[in-house]
Amino acid sequence: MKLSTLPRAALLAATALALPVMAQTPVQIDVKMTYLRQEAVLPPTLSNLDPIPEDLGIAGAEVAFKDNKTTGAFLGHAYALDVVSVEVGGDLIAAAEAALQSARLILIEAGAADLQRLADLPAAKGAILFNVASGDAGLRDAGCRANLLHTMPEDAMRTDALMQVLQARRWTDLALITGAKPDDRAYAAALRRSAAKFGLKIKAEKAWTFDTDLRRAAPAEVPLFTQDLPDHHALLIADEADDFGRYIEHNTWLPRPIAGSEGLEGQGWAPVVEQWGAVQLQQRFEKSAKRDMTSRDYAAWAAIRAVGEAVTRTNSADPATLRAYMLSDAFTLDGFKGRPLTFRHWNGQLRQPIPVVNARALVQLAPLDGFLHQRNELDTLGLDAPESGCTAFGG
Amino acid sequence: MRSLFVTLLLTSALCGPALAGEIWVTNEKDDTISVIDADTLEVTRTIPTGERPRGIIFSRDYSVVYICASDSDTVQVMNPDTGEILHELPSGEDPEQFALSPDGRHLYIANEDDAVTTVVDVQSRSVVAQINVGTEPEGMAVSPDGKVAITTSETTSMAHWIDTETQTLFANTLVDSRPRHAEFTADGVQMWVSSEIGGTVTVFNSADQTEVGKVRFAITGVNPDLIQPVGFKFTPDGKTAFVALGPSNHVAAVNTETLEVEGYILVGRRVWHLAFSPDSRQLFTTNGVSGDVTVIDVASRTPVKSIKVGRFPWGAAMRPTKSN
Repeated sequence: MKLSTLPRAALLAATALALPVMAQTPVQIDVKMTYLRQEAVLPPTLSNLDPIPEDLGIAGAEVAFKDNKTTGAFLGHAYALDVVSVEVGGDLIAAAEAALQSARLILIEAGAADLQRLADLPAAKGAILFNVASGDAGLRDAGCRANLLHTMPEDAMRTDALMQVLQARRWTDLALITGAKPDDRAYAAALRRSAAKFGLKIKAEKAWTFDTDLRRAAPAEVPLFTQDLPDHHALLIADEADDFGRYIEHNTWLPRPIAGSEGLEGQGWAPVVEQWGAVQLQQRFEKSAKRDMTSRDYAAWAAIRAVGEAVTRTNSADPATLRAYMLSDAFTLDGFKGRPLTFRHWNGQLRQPIPVVNARALVQLAPLDGFLHQRNELDTLGLDAPESGCTAFGG
Repeated sequence: MRSLFVTLLLTSALCGPALAGEIWVTNEKDDTISVIDADTLEVTRTIPTGERPRGIIFSRDYSVVYICASDSDTVQVMNPDTGEILHELPSGEDPEQFALSPDGRHLYIANEDDAVTTVVDVQSRSVVAQINVGTEPEGMAVSPDGKVAITTSETTSMAHWIDTETQTLFANTLVDSRPRHAEFTADGVQMWVSSEIGGTVTVFNSADQTEVGKVRFAITGVNPDLIQPVGFKFTPDGKTAFVALGPSNHVAAVNTETLEVEGYILVGRRVWHLAFSPDSRQLFTTNGVSGDVTVIDVASRTPVKSIKVGRFPWGAAMRPTKSN
């Protein structure tokens, strides 16, 4: 039964009568934001089953932008969001400099090296840049920048979350297959670090080198490829480009669960997250973007909502005021993950629970019970203050 | 509320010693209501509803019960004796919580997906007004004199003050993150709002919408992040507020004068909302994750029983029944 009992026209008429106060509230401050994207050549993948949406990330920014606008209308805060997409080989620096002329709050979808270059631009001094796409470890370590905050979880947060779940299951003996791309190797490094951190053992590793068409050959090749691995409880896959991983599960020599980039995954966000009011965000997103919400959409959403929350509470659009507030203890963001989200004051990473999911359900939300921390259990995920070599935040 | 209580006392004095009653609990993931006998503390009936029932409230004379069937996008009107759905009210999309005006005529409904509060005339079964509010409206309250209605919006983190004469907003006040529930004190002097993610309850002076104070919580051995105030109820004497604290699995007893917490009561997992027994000696809490209801002895502030209900119990409402 949908809204059939009530004609839509009647609803609209009623709405028109009830003009809200917000219509008369004078605009006091303007909050300008830009979403800057460096388009990338995506590596070829074996399967075309899951095309990558054109508006990845941007769609999340738009939903948060609408949320902010609604709140701003009651307070006299006017938000604006520009989207700038730089084509492959285009001049990202020039685009960033142009954007920084008008907006001092910039969401950036680019690789780690580009992020550092943009953060170091003279024009970016005093602005706030948000990394909404890169999980790169260096950006949260010695390669951090004071004007660069991260709403995308670092890779280590995702792998720490996964290892907590594997440890809780007592699936402590692992094997690892790593793809050939740099992102695969970086993710494999994060898996190794997390396994050591939580006392799990990667007993054997293999590099994925196949160039056959796995769609045909997986049932023949994968059992042989995995036959010589020592016995393990779970098989880890590092395949961040979503190339070969999907052909491993159910083709292995031993019947073992798959985890990592495939199977059981730690993610910033996933369509299967439904508790903690998440259904509302999922529905708002789906209505707006006509597809499921991904981690990058969530990272962009969180960046714009963090700005909105800081503007609402400080009644200011000044980047220095907003940055100070966001990094203070007073800041909390409601991120639909059951706990308030905050920024780490040592490297600007958004502190957040990590859903560990499969394709059909949320398996656990990390941090899990029993993984303790002297200050905040969320800091069992990712680079903790003593581990991070970041000094740009005064740490 | 107080006059109702007095009426109930008088009724009971005439009819006999016991105040018999039932606690009605909506089971969000079962599309049912569990009816608990407040004396025997047993589930006596399970009644099917529309999809995802959440808010539940009885009419002033208890002749009908209103149920927010969120995923059916409707408010159902049920005969509480038979469980029969009498009719549905136009509610707007995704009704979650609502409040009834003191004269019993108007329902103020939060439309969570639509950033709208819908005002429905329950007699003519028509929409009187729709008022634009913040994103994800949820908590609803009407002042005892019926002149002011409140909507809280979760993502906007505000309490919106509605003039019920003109059905327009006359004030918007910020509260901490994710406001969930709003109630006026029985005398209407104060209006309380719980903030789930902010972890506080904000107390306003109704007359000028200024903040009087904030209730803060701390439970030994529980991570502060998990102390998430949601539903709350005032005792009939107005001296205590019982506040459900979500995934901390505790209910706080708050002194309404000092705004200090006097104690914490351990209940089931993810406690949502509360309802008093007819004599107000017992308090029933809905525990979403554990799928049960905890019965608290109000005088001693101790849990006395858990009652298994359906999946994800959410709303709770009391219905007095004739005592035998």
